[in-house]
Amino acid sequence: MRESIASRGYTTKQVIRDVPVSDSGEIMSPLIQGILTIIIGVGGCVAYFYLSNLFLDKVLFPARGANIGRNINRANAIRPWLFLFPAFAALSLYLAYPVVETLRLSLQDRDQANAFVGLANYQQMLNEPKFWEALKNNMLWLLVVPAASTALGLLIAQLTDRLSWGNIAKSIIFMPMAISFVGAAVIWKLVYEARPEGTEQIGVLNAIYIYFGGTEPNVWLTIPFWNNFFLMVVLIWIQTGFAMVILSAALRGIPEETVEAAVVDGANPFQIFFKIKVPQITSTIVVVWTTITITVLKVFDIVFAMTNGQWETQVLANYMFDKLFRANDWGVGSAAAMIIMLLVSPILVWNVINARREMR
Amino acid sequence: MQSIAAKRSALSWVVNFSVIAIVLVWLFPTTGLFVSSFRTADQITSSGWWSSLTTQEKQNAPIRIGGEETEADGLFVIEGRLFEAEDVLVRAWGTSSRRPNEFAPGDTTELTKDRTLTVQEDGSYRFTAAVSQEGERLPRVFTSASTPPEFTTDNYETMLFDEGSSDSMGKAFMNTFIVTIPATVIPILFAAFAAYALAWMQFPGRAILIAAVVALLVVPLQLALIPLLKFHNQIGIGKGYLGIWFAHTGFGLPLAIYLLRNYMVSLPKDIIENARVDGATDFQIFTRIILPLSFPALASFAIFQFLWVWNDLLVARVFLIDSSGQTTVMTNHIVELLGTRGGNWEILATAAFVSIVVPLCVFFFMQKYLVRGLLAGSVK
Repeated sequence: MRESIASRGYTTKQVIRDVPVSDSGEIMSPLIQGILTIIIGVGGCVAYFYLSNLFLDKVLFPARGANIGRNINRANAIRPWLFLFPAFAALSLYLAYPVVETLRLSLQDRDQANAFVGLANYQQMLNEPKFWEALKNNMLWLLVVPAASTALGLLIAQLTDRLSWGNIAKSIIFMPMAISFVGAAVIWKLVYEARPEGTEQIGVLNAIYIYFGGTEPNVWLTIPFWNNFFLMVVLIWIQTGFAMVILSAALRGIPEETVEAAVVDGANPFQIFFKIKVPQITSTIVVVWTTITITVLKVFDIVFAMTNGQWETQVLANYMFDKLFRANDWGVGSAAAMIIMLLVSPILVWNVINARREMR
Repeated sequence: MQSIAAKRSALSWVVNFSVIAIVLVWLFPTTGLFVSSFRTADQITSSGWWSSLTTQEKQNAPIRIGGEETEADGLFVIEGRLFEAEDVLVRAWGTSSRRPNEFAPGDTTELTKDRTLTVQEDGSYRFTAAVSQEGERLPRVFTSASTPPEFTTDNYETMLFDEGSSDSMGKAFMNTFIVTIPATVIPILFAAFAAYALAWMQFPGRAILIAAVVALLVVPLQLALIPLLKFHNQIGIGKGYLGIWFAHTGFGLPLAIYLLRNYMVSLPKDIIENARVDGATDFQIFTRIILPLSFPALASFAIFQFLWVWNDLLVARVFLIDSSGQTTVMTNHIVELLGTRGGNWEILATAAFVSIVVPLCVFFFMQKYLVRGLLAGSVK
């Protein structure tokens, strides 16, 4: 095994990395593990639902005998919980419990044997300039990205509405939604690429800049403050498609009569758009806006892959990742996560209120 | 009346043109990456990808002639070609850096020491000398030539199939699949049962549970990282496939339940009540009626979850990737390449394109369900 690796031209580092690997089945084993997990997961799930229902109906509360009516009622009262149990157990463990646990961790210091330290972690975080930089940048992202994506999405939705080839245009603009943030980061890094002065520019932004009389190429991602916008463009590029799809459906849903009435009254296209159509889809615009806002608050991959928070581009999610896995400071990391949670919570409350109102 | 019609068509022209412009702007960055992945490293660094699509007139770096010397008619002759590629056409050439375009193709120039050089339009040259040039430095040729577009699939061959290369994506590609498939399949069943209960069964506390799902939809998964990593370490699964499947299942459930419940609620009530009257149990109603009818919603969620897991970096870095280097996924591999191979665009472009081609296929073939899911999940 070892010789064969060496003879294939592996570097020393890789040979060292490869040595613990026991046999050639290494690549296959996770695959088999995966198939097994699907079978166990799906099979187990089906078996759980089937058997627990069977148990409920045949053994615990059989629909026969003296108490048949009472038994059926009892079985039906319990059944919903059988259906709900796996999903809600997973939800509680993987989403609800971590919120509480993170809050607890943010009040502890790992270096002092998890002693309760009150708000010391938050205090330490507030004294770090990097945190304020992250918070400031996040606010900038929050201002720019949802507004730009929603506005562009609305504009494109309106423009493509009556177009014969509108669907093709829409699907192209929607396409970046399928691309990972990391993939998008690579795509845009090529756009921002800078070559030394005097050589041919291979990044399109610098090529345009030089073409229009710029003297020396800019390394765009290292220009403080403005580099934030170059990163935001990536997310806007991705999210506009999402906004467009939803707003386009909302525009289609506007009653024809309102538009026709405006046309008859002599309104021009701009008036129709701003005074007739937009007011009727305000609630959808708000939904799109808030959805993108949540995405922005969690934005991590783009910054991580393109600048990793250097050159004053830090954002909260990346700051938190830094604290957790580089500085190994769980207290401050958790505190940063709680700040993200705090920023999300108004939207959370608003969503819940809306959902409850709809159900009535 | 005519003026209104004229205005109309003018407006429609403006609309058409602006949409074309927007579409081109949107496509441009991705196209750049795609085109770059078919170019060699030299091509990428010497010119912008947009110029590779058309025949380019450009000044080449000087090429030193060389080759076998033959003796004919008392002259020592060296013949050869300047360019390997077939279709390069020489527009002008020279032998000094001060006058690189001194001669036209076909011209013969007299060099020092009774030597001559002729360069033809197709890049072939003929060099003659009165004495043998053995061990002498032969002259350099400056050319300005037009080069037709030229592409290669070598990058893909190296990135996908070259086992020995540390840049190879083969393993990461495989791992991404291993992570994605179970993480997409498992949450669906969990969610479907719960969604059915929330949509069609009566029990106290239902409204609160639905509200809880809506609330959990927006909880940032950043909060879950440390507590769950601690939890996974405690129960002994640590970092690994099992951990990441569980994590993605948990994180995907709120959307799954929400989408499926919204869809199931909209199914006609009569079908379900008729089935109840006929004596079907809830379990039968669910498996025989609801599940088949909910296929569009299931497909929507499956696509969302597939795209999300495939494209994820954060969860993979926290729950899967350890120091062994065996468990990398494509997004992580690309981030590492960005660090180590920052300027090697042929590698980066190919790696990125390999990773986005699968989601793009899913996207274009299943767009209908994706859009439907988006609408169900948001416009409410």
